[in-house]
Amino acid sequence: MAERRQADSAVTRRTARTASPRWPRDAWQTLCLPFVLFVSLPILALFLRLSPADFVTNLRQQQVQQAIELSLMTSLATVGLTVLLGTPVAYLLCRRCSGTYRLIDTLIDLPTVLPPSVAGVALLMAFGRQGLFGPGLSWLGLSVPFTQLAVVLAQTFVAAPYYVRAATVGFAGVDCELRKAAALDGASRWQVFHLVMVPMAWMSLISGCVMTWARALGEFGATIIFAGNFPGRTQTMPLAIYIGFEIDLNVALTLSAILVCCSFLILVLVKGFLHRRLQTRAEGPAC
Amino acid sequence: MSPEVIAPLMLLFLILPACAPQTGVGSPTAVQTQTPAVAPASAITTPGQRVTLTVVAAASLTEVFAELGRQFEASYPGVRVEFSFAGSQQLAQQLAAGAPADVFASASQKYADSAIASGRVEKGSWKTFATNRLVVIYPKANPAGLKQLGDLSKPGLKLVLAAKEVPVGQYSLDFLDKASKDPGFGPAFRDNVLKNVVSYEDNVKSLLTKVVLAEADAGIVYTTDVTPYAAGKVSRLDIPDTLNVIASYPVAAIRDSPHPDLASAFVELLLAPAGQRILAEYGFIPTGQP
Repeated sequence: MAERRQADSAVTRRTARTASPRWPRDAWQTLCLPFVLFVSLPILALFLRLSPADFVTNLRQQQVQQAIELSLMTSLATVGLTVLLGTPVAYLLCRRCSGTYRLIDTLIDLPTVLPPSVAGVALLMAFGRQGLFGPGLSWLGLSVPFTQLAVVLAQTFVAAPYYVRAATVGFAGVDCELRKAAALDGASRWQVFHLVMVPMAWMSLISGCVMTWARALGEFGATIIFAGNFPGRTQTMPLAIYIGFEIDLNVALTLSAILVCCSFLILVLVKGFLHRRLQTRAEGPAC
Repeated sequence: MSPEVIAPLMLLFLILPACAPQTGVGSPTAVQTQTPAVAPASAITTPGQRVTLTVVAAASLTEVFAELGRQFEASYPGVRVEFSFAGSQQLAQQLAAGAPADVFASASQKYADSAIASGRVEKGSWKTFATNRLVVIYPKANPAGLKQLGDLSKPGLKLVLAAKEVPVGQYSLDFLDKASKDPGFGPAFRDNVLKNVVSYEDNVKSLLTKVVLAEADAGIVYTTDVTPYAAGKVSRLDIPDTLNVIASYPVAAIRDSPHPDLASAFVELLLAPAGQRILAEYGFIPTGQP
């Protein structure tokens, strides 16, 4: 026992002498500091500048409440619309690889690289009163700009690609043997989809939904151009913060603080939930 | 990559932006005219020196200041005038947060006062260099069938105004107040018109664009915003002087400007006969006239 301990410590000493000294090994961790500080300090500064009394006072203002309500409603509607329209696209993209589908794949990513204001102008050119579909929509009795529908459309345009991307990856990650086995057992296409694909890929779908929701909540450029700015009707939280910043900093700070808390809370909850599921899956029997 | 390489690279990456020059270098002017509008150029700039003058101005001054900037650059060789146009409320907020600038031209006294309050401008240094009036515009096609001012309260009309924080937005509300007191329009005029608003824009130019694109049926802008380009796409409905609002534009040099002499020279240009003539050409009402 004693010889074993001596031998061990000899090995440790030898390793310690020949291995690199401790400080460069841990110094690389300090390289993370600039970025972590860069992200966390401005958010901290936001909260430090806002007094709790101001927060409560501003929360009671009608304009603030309207902005919060509108933002939540429209962003949830956006997620719903995205899941409805985006899931078939994602499913198709994971199955097919021909040139056309690669083009669609690139097209889906376009709104993420477009500046949001460009998206706003484009939507106006398409669905505005004088736009491409303007006369057709007017004939149907619909007028899209300056309405809540415009807000949802603007948010969907810029945020949906995040869901489609995540869903495509999720569906592609499902072992095709499972699909074939289910088909062999007599499952119809729809049964394969909702009984095999969706349950296997649901974590990617959920994380895609969260990304879309977060992006939709923060959407500004396309909204202000396409939907305009009207308190209670189209003034979402980012618009209210932008306008509020120019007159009353406290209103902007209050709304910013709420947005940060909301987003952070949801992200933490969802990530924690997904992380736990991943762990149980890793520990559980192989599927 | 070993940590020994990463660390210095990261440091370099952090330091480099701080090494970038703070002020832009002006490009040499192509033409040097011999008619300086104000103080002799040699008194302020030295030959071969390149300087950038930053002027922040209300969005409604976009076209006329571009012209005045060219005039100034011609008088002061080596000087490049850089403009930043936005709603005056946004500029006042940026200045309060410490944005670097040499001259501030506002569309309303309110934001001139807030620049004094934030310490960027000396009290008493504001000079009014022009005034402006409001006008109602509507797309050439006239989708709402607007014929007279009273039609603004017609239900179903899509009106775009500027947000009340923007000078022209407040002036529009003042005009509606005045009109409501007039027996020709009635006390409910202001409320009925406000019911027709579909969007409160952040600056006068985006308001103008929405009317030019015919997305809105009408909008209230400055008379100077009906530029030759816009005049081809919109029609105007004039507001009688009795109901109209006088928007006065104050200008001042910023207190901590790196080029105080040039800043004062620019202000002088606006007030000089040459500058006033250019302002009048663009539709502003020069000071000295009622």
